[in-house]
Amino acid sequence: MTTENRPLSPHLQIYRWQWTMAYSILHRATGIALGVGTLLLVWWLVALATGPAAFESAQAVIGSFLGRLFLFGWTFALFYHLANGIRHLVWDTGHGFDLDVAQKTGHAVPIAAGALTLLTWILGYFAI
Amino acid sequence: MTPVACKTTGDKQMSLKTPLGQVRGLGSARSGTHHWWMQRVTAVALVPLTLWFIYSMVGHAGAGHGEMARWLASPFNAIMMVLLIGATFHHLQLGLQVVVEDYIHSEAAKVAVMLVVKLASVALAVAAVFAVLKVAFTA
Repeated sequence: MTTENRPLSPHLQIYRWQWTMAYSILHRATGIALGVGTLLLVWWLVALATGPAAFESAQAVIGSFLGRLFLFGWTFALFYHLANGIRHLVWDTGHGFDLDVAQKTGHAVPIAAGALTLLTWILGYFAI
Repeated sequence: MTPVACKTTGDKQMSLKTPLGQVRGLGSARSGTHHWWMQRVTAVALVPLTLWFIYSMVGHAGAGHGEMARWLASPFNAIMMVLLIGATFHHLQLGLQVVVEDYIHSEAAKVAVMLVVKLASVALAVAAVFAVLKVAFTA
């Protein structure tokens, strides 16, 4: 089977950058980041099951400055992927494909994710 | 799989199968729309599960071992956590599969990374579920 003559999709450098494209790339990037984040969730749960000492050391790492920084990033990634995932589910019903609508709902995703991330962390600090 | 029952009369194709039935089992992976559909099913499940998880974590920020274990030992929380783990890792391996298929073109590397993704997802999910059950049944 000859496959050399098939048309190729242009590379990223050739496309003119658009908001919807950036939001789409960020959806995949946040998905991968969240995949890495599951390692932390599993470690945390296993530490909880192992006992108080293991749990305290896990909490110490997670509660450190770097741990909180990563957790903050994962909070944003989670809300971004959640909000944009809902946008995808709406698309699956056949709605929201008009260019201006797709761009507007796209802008709404990082704004909502940012606001929810801040709200979550403000509430988290009040809960302590 | 049984062949699609169809009878050609002139230029009209007659089939007793529904449009969805006709594409099931097709595609290069012979799985039809299954991957796409399961990604949506797990995505829908993850919307309430994720919101519950964030709400719960915010409520227990900085909690010690005893408090956290007691929280997870409640049947509702343990069940929700197991559901979250199941939906998360199912959704994750479906998503990472597409990423691997898109970016890794060498067949050997693709198979190797795919194996790591699939096996690690199952192993991590089992470890997490075991941890939840252990806490639920002993705390």
